[in-house]
Amino acid sequence: MKALSQRRRHPLAAVALLLMGLLITGGLYAAASSVNEAKAATTYSASDVNEGNKLFVANCATCHGMNAEGSPSGPSLVGVGAAAVDFQVGTGRMPMQMNGPQAQQKPRQFTDEETMQLAAYVASLGAGPAVPGEEVLDTSKGNSAAGGEVFRVNCAMCHNAAAAGGALTRGKFAPALAGVSEKHIYEAMVTGPQNMPVFNDSNITPDEKRDVITFLKEIEAQGSPGGAQLGSLGPVSEGLLIWTAGLGIVIAFTIWLTSRPS
Amino acid sequence: MSSTTEYRPKTSTGRIANFVDTRVGGSAMVKEFGRKIFPDHWSFMFGEVALYTFVILLISGTFLTFFFDPSMAHTVYEGSYNPLKGVHMSVAMASTMDISFDVRGGLFMRQVHHWSALLFVAAVSVHMLRVFFTGAFRRPRELNWVVGGTLLVLAMAAGFTGYSLPDDLLSGNGLRIIDGVIKALPVVGTYISAFLFGGEFPGTAIIGRLYMLHIMLVPAMILLMIAIHLFMVVVHKHTQYRGPGRTNDNVVGFPVGPVYAAKAGGFFFIVFGIVAAISGFFTINPIWNYGPYDPSPVSAGTQPDWYIGWVDGALRLMPGVLGNFSFEWVIPFPWGDNNLILNVLLPMVPAAILIGAMFGWPWIERWVTKDDREHHLLDRPRNAPFRTGVGVAGVIWYCVMWCAASSDLIATHFHVSLNDVTYWLRVLFFLGPIVGFIVARRIALALQRKDREIVLHGREAGIIQMSPEGGFSEQHVALDEYKRYKLVAFESHEVIPAEPDRAGHVTKSEKARGAISKFFFEDRVAPVTPAELEAAHGHHAPELEGSSQSASIDH
Amino acid sequence: MGDHSHGSPNEPGAVAKAGQGSVDTFQDPGLPPHRPRLADVDPRAAKRAERQVTLLFVLSVLGTLLLFVAYFVVGHAESIGDIRLQNTLLGIGTAFAMLGIGVGVVHWAKTLMPDHEITEQRHEIRPEADREVAEKMLGDIIEETGIKRRPLIRNSLIAAVALAPIPAIFMFRDLDRTGASAGQIVDRLRHTMWDKGVKLVRDPSGTPIKASDVQLGSAFHVIPEGLNEMEDPLNEKAKAVVLLMRLDPKQLHVSPERETWNYDGIVAYSKICTHVGCPVALYEQQTHHLLCPCHQSTFDLTQECKVIFGPAGHALPQLPITVDSEGYLVAQSDFHEPVGPSYWERG
Repeated sequence: MKALSQRRRHPLAAVALLLMGLLITGGLYAAASSVNEAKAATTYSASDVNEGNKLFVANCATCHGMNAEGSPSGPSLVGVGAAAVDFQVGTGRMPMQMNGPQAQQKPRQFTDEETMQLAAYVASLGAGPAVPGEEVLDTSKGNSAAGGEVFRVNCAMCHNAAAAGGALTRGKFAPALAGVSEKHIYEAMVTGPQNMPVFNDSNITPDEKRDVITFLKEIEAQGSPGGAQLGSLGPVSEGLLIWTAGLGIVIAFTIWLTSRPS
Repeated sequence: MSSTTEYRPKTSTGRIANFVDTRVGGSAMVKEFGRKIFPDHWSFMFGEVALYTFVILLISGTFLTFFFDPSMAHTVYEGSYNPLKGVHMSVAMASTMDISFDVRGGLFMRQVHHWSALLFVAAVSVHMLRVFFTGAFRRPRELNWVVGGTLLVLAMAAGFTGYSLPDDLLSGNGLRIIDGVIKALPVVGTYISAFLFGGEFPGTAIIGRLYMLHIMLVPAMILLMIAIHLFMVVVHKHTQYRGPGRTNDNVVGFPVGPVYAAKAGGFFFIVFGIVAAISGFFTINPIWNYGPYDPSPVSAGTQPDWYIGWVDGALRLMPGVLGNFSFEWVIPFPWGDNNLILNVLLPMVPAAILIGAMFGWPWIERWVTKDDREHHLLDRPRNAPFRTGVGVAGVIWYCVMWCAASSDLIATHFHVSLNDVTYWLRVLFFLGPIVGFIVARRIALALQRKDREIVLHGREAGIIQMSPEGGFSEQHVALDEYKRYKLVAFESHEVIPAEPDRAGHVTKSEKARGAISKFFFEDRVAPVTPAELEAAHGHHAPELEGSSQSASIDH
Repeated sequence: MGDHSHGSPNEPGAVAKAGQGSVDTFQDPGLPPHRPRLADVDPRAAKRAERQVTLLFVLSVLGTLLLFVAYFVVGHAESIGDIRLQNTLLGIGTAFAMLGIGVGVVHWAKTLMPDHEITEQRHEIRPEADREVAEKMLGDIIEETGIKRRPLIRNSLIAAVALAPIPAIFMFRDLDRTGASAGQIVDRLRHTMWDKGVKLVRDPSGTPIKASDVQLGSAFHVIPEGLNEMEDPLNEKAKAVVLLMRLDPKQLHVSPERETWNYDGIVAYSKICTHVGCPVALYEQQTHHLLCPCHQSTFDLTQECKVIFGPAGHALPQLPITVDSEGYLVAQSDFHEPVGPSYWERG
C-alpha cells in the first residue's frame, strides 16, 4: 500500500484537500454555533414547503403578500423563521382577528401538521429562528431561581412578577403566561411577537431561556402557600376584597349584634 | 379621724374587691362606670372594629418581631422556597421569607397582620364617614374629631412603614417613588432624601429606620391618641340617634355591665375570627413572587396598599407635559437655575385640601350655620343635605384618585385603553365631585320629602279599595307616635343672611358666609308640624290605625 | 290621592320657622313600651338559648384543638401545598376558636341578659362654678410666680426655652451616614458610574454586549461593567441602569449635537423614569414607545425619548455609546445631565 504522502500529486488530491477543508471548517463552525443555537426540532421536506405555500396563499397572503414580501396590512415574513409561525399560528393569533397592534389569542385555526407546513414554507424564505428542540425545553435541566432573576429583569414589567399579565399603552397588553406551553414561551422570547421585544439567543441565551421556562412552570404548578391568589394582582385586589367581603361580613355581624332578638 | 368600723366583705368577690380597692381606690371607678349607659346602634361599631383590629395588629406584630430582622446587609437565601434559592437579597427580605416558609404559623401570622392592617384603616375611614355624615363632630366633640383625624393619618403611616419592611420589589419601588416625590420638594428636597435614606437611594439604613417607626414611635402615638379619644368619649358620653325618649340631655341604651361589655367584648372575638378566616383562605402580599428589591426590575401592576392608593392615583392623573409645555419649570435665580417640579408637587394639593377640609370641617360648618350649641343627638344624613352633599363630593374626589391608581388593571380587565382610562378619570377628577354634590343633595332633599309624605299620609298598606264611583285607591296605614317621632324630630337649618357685627359693619367674610348659607339652605325641607298633620287628616278618608307590630328594626 | 307637595319651599306657610315655639312641634312620646323577648317569657326558649350559647363555646374549644392539629400534626411543611394546608387549617381553627366565643357571648347577651333600655341623664361637662374656681386658681398661680412683674426673668426664660430644642434638630445632621457636605449631597446626583470606555454589560449576568448581538427590535437591560463586583452595588445601580435598543437609523430623529451618540441605530437611554424614579422598563417594539408601569409615563424612542403621555416632565437622558476595538459596546462618557427624577438644584 502506497503511503498517503506518495499520493500527493494524484489528480484527485486537490479535491480531497478541498473536501477536507470544507468538512473541517464547516464542522468547526457547526460545533461552535451549536453552542449558541438551539437545535432545530424538525427538518422540513419539499412537500411540507409546498403544502405550506398553498396554505399560505389561501390564508395569509391577503395581508402578508403572495410571496410573504409584506403589504400595507402586514409585515414581510422573510427571515422571521419557523419559530415565529409556529408561535403565531399555534396559539391562534394568526390569521389575525382584526388588523391592529395587538394580535388577540383565539382558537387555533390549523392542525399541528398544517402549522408545521406553514412554518416550513416561511422558513424556506429566509434564515430565521427555528422551532426549539426538546433539549432546550426540558425543565428538569433548568434552574428556576436563575430563571426567576432573568424573568424579573426582562419580563416582569410587562407580564407581572407572577406572570399574571399587564397593560401596555393604547389598549395593548402583555398576556398572562399560565397554561402557555414551554415551546410557545421559548418561541415568543426568541421571535418577539407584535410589540414584545426580540430576545435573541445572544441577549438571553438558550440555557437562560430554559431557566425562565422552568421558573414559570414551577410557580404555575406550586400555587400560593397563603391560599387563594386573587389573580396575583397585588394590593388592588387585596383592597377590593377587604372593602367588599371583609367590611361586608363585619357590617352583617354588627347589624345582627344590635338587632332585637325574637 | 378615720372610721374605726371596717367594712367586712361577705363574698369572695367582695374580698378581692376590698383588697384592691383599699390599695387603689377602684370602687369610685366601678361606681362611675359599672352601669354607665351606652346607646346601641350598628353604625356605632366601626370605631370598635378599628380598636379591635389595632389590638390584633399589636398581638400579631409582636409575634413577627421575634422572627423579623430589619437589616439591609446582603445575604443569600437558603430557605425552603425553591424559586428564590441562591438569590442575593437583604437580611430583611430573607427573614420575611423564613417567617413565611420556615416558621410554623409564620405565614398565617403575616397574613393576619397584613389583612387586619387593611381592615384597620378601612374601619377608621368608615367610622370617620359615619361621624361626619351624622354630625357627631359638632360641639363638644370637635377636639375628638381632630384626634380621630390624627389617628387616620397615623394609621396610614403605620401601614406604609409596615409593608415596606420586607424590602421586596413592590414596596421597594414604592420607596423609590416616595424618594422621587421628596426630591421634588423645593429647596429642602435633596437634603431630606439624603437624611431619610442615610445617603443615596436606596442605601442601607432605611429599613431599620422604618422598623423603629413602625414598632415603636407610630404605635406609641396611636396608643396615646386612642387613650385621649376614648377618654373624651367617656367624658362626653356617646351620641345617639333621635327617637322617642331620646333628648339632647340624656343617653338611652344599655349599661356597660353586663350587656354592653358582653356585646363589645364578644365583638372583639368576632372581628378576630373574621380576620383569621380571611387570612386562612386568601393570600396577601406574596413577597416570594415579587422577589428582593433591586432598582432594575419592576412588576406590571405596581400599586401601594389601598389607603395610599389615592396619592398614587393623583400622581398618575397629572400630565407632565402638554404639547411642548412642561410642568417642570426652570426658574432663573442669581445663583443659577432651580427647578419647580409642578408635575409632582401639584398632585399633593388635592391631598392637602382633603385633609385640611377634613380636620377643619367642624369649624367650617359652625361658621356657615352660626350654630354653637352642644349637639348630642345625631342627624340622619338626609336631614343635613348640605353636609351630605359636601361629604359625597369629597368621597367621590377621593375615589376618583383611588381608581386612578389601578388604571392599568382597569385597562387589562375591562379591555380598554390605558390612556383612555387616564383621560376619563382626569375629566371625572373635576366633574365628579360637582355632580356628586348636586345629586347627593337632591337625593337627600327628596328623601326628606318622602319622609314628610309618610308622616302625613302613612305607609301604603297594600290593600286596594274601590270607591262607589269606580275609582281605585290604596289604603294607607298611619304611623304610630313612636315611629312618627323618629321622622319629625329633627331641625332644618335656615338661611342666615349676612349680619352686621357689633360696629354695624358687614365684613367681606360675613358676606361670603351669607352667600354660602343661602346656597346650602335655600332649598330646605322642614319637619311636619302637628298643625300640618291635622290639616292632612282633614283631606282624606279615615286611614287604617297604625299597629305597633310592624317591622321593627330600630332603624 | 292628595297634594303631595307639602313642605316644598314654594308653599307658603308649610315650612316651620326657627323659634316658632314648641307648640308647633311634636312632643316626645317617651321610650316605647318594652317588649319581652321569647326567652323572657318562655322558659323553654331560655333553655334553648342557653344550649345554643353552650354549643358555641364548645365549637370554640374544637377550633382551638384544630389549631393544635394544624401546628403539630401538619408540622414542618415539606412543600408549598403543605404550607397552604397548614395556613388554611390555622385560619379555620382560629376562626372557630374566636367566633365561638364572640358569637356565644353576644348571643348570650342578646337572648338572656336584661334588655331594658335605660335612660341616664347627661351632666354638664364642666359646671360653671368649677370653671370659675379653676380660672381663679390659675390666676393665683400665675400671680404667685411673679412673672408678670419681672420682665427680665420672663424674657430670658423665653430665650432659653426657645433655643434649647434646637440641638434636637441639628443633632440629626448625621442621618446622612456618608459624611457628605451639603454641596456633595446635591452634586452626587449628577454623576453615575458611566464613564469613557466603560463597557455595557447585561443585567444581571454581567456579560459584555457586542453591537452585532443587538438585533432590530431587541431590548437589552444594561448595567455598567464593574457594578456586580462592587460590595454595595444598589446605590450605583439606582442611577446607572440603562436600556439598549436598536432601531433603523432612518427612524431616529437625531438632534444635531447627538449625532455621534448612537451606533448604527443602537441607542442607550437611562432606565430611571424622570417622573419619580421607577424603572421605565416596558419597550413596545413596534411603536418604539417606552412605558413606565408605575404612573404610565410614555417616552418616544424616535424623538430622543421625549415625553408623549403621562406625568413625567422631561425626556430620558441618553447615554452616548460607541464600540471598542473588539466590537463591544462602550459608553463615551457619563450622561450629559442628571438621571432620574428632577430636583430643585437640577437646573
